[in-house]
Amino acid sequence: MKKPPRIKIPEGIKPGDVIEIKTLATHIMETGNRKDAAGNKIPRDIIHTFTAKFEGREVFSVALGSGIAANPYFAFFLRVPGPGTLELTWIDDDGETTVEKVPLVVA
Amino acid sequence: MKNVLRIKVLDRRDFVLGAGAAALLGGFFAAIPEARAITGSAEFEAALAELLKGATPRIGGVDMDLPGSVENGDYVPVGLGVESPMSDASYVKAIHLLSPANPRARVATFKFTPLSGKARVMSVMRLAKTQEVVAVAELGDGTLLMSTRSVDVKVGGCGT
Repeated sequence: MKKPPRIKIPEGIKPGDVIEIKTLATHIMETGNRKDAAGNKIPRDIIHTFTAKFEGREVFSVALGSGIAANPYFAFFLRVPGPGTLELTWIDDDGETTVEKVPLVVA
Repeated sequence: MKNVLRIKVLDRRDFVLGAGAAALLGGFFAAIPEARAITGSAEFEAALAELLKGATPRIGGVDMDLPGSVENGDYVPVGLGVESPMSDASYVKAIHLLSPANPRARVATFKFTPLSGKARVMSVMRLAKTQEVVAVAELGDGTLLMSTRSVDVKVGGCGT
């Protein structure tokens, strides 16, 4: 990704809280349906997989098609079992994998 | 391939209206959608058939938060959710978002686990033209729920 993804997590998390996590990736999400000026098909280039894990356990994932808008945005939830690290992964058609690790401060 | 799926609409009115009651309430009964065809592109109908695997989904139960009309189909906010305790015994496994009229029918599959706490997601989708967007939820026990939401699109997305 040209720019790192933006990740928003609330503050003041307590064990057992269900928190909303907001993520925004930077990606063209080229559909594969468009043609360039010369009439050639522009190949598909999308993020096809997004995964959120907490301490290695899957929380939420998305199998994306080309119908997800450019710069994929996902807001989803996590029931926080306790302190730990949230690992977010985006994988695109070129095989580019972006991983962000976010330690959660749990009081 | 033209494969029209007839989806039986099941809700509490089906239980309330026995044969006798139906005769008494003939006019009312006629207004109830008994069964309706969910149609779209061949790819959409194949994708929906693959998800339902011959089962009849319960109609409703998936909250679909989409605007009724948009200027620009390139950027359509979409919220999907199913009320669930999200416990090991009772949770929502996935919500599939389908488009009957986009070049690609499968927009996204959102997968949840009990660790999600809530079966709810917000995202942004593309719509090529005016259509009835479909969401199919798969519960942990195999139950299928299906909802639809019409969105009027002034200028289509998807590079079409």
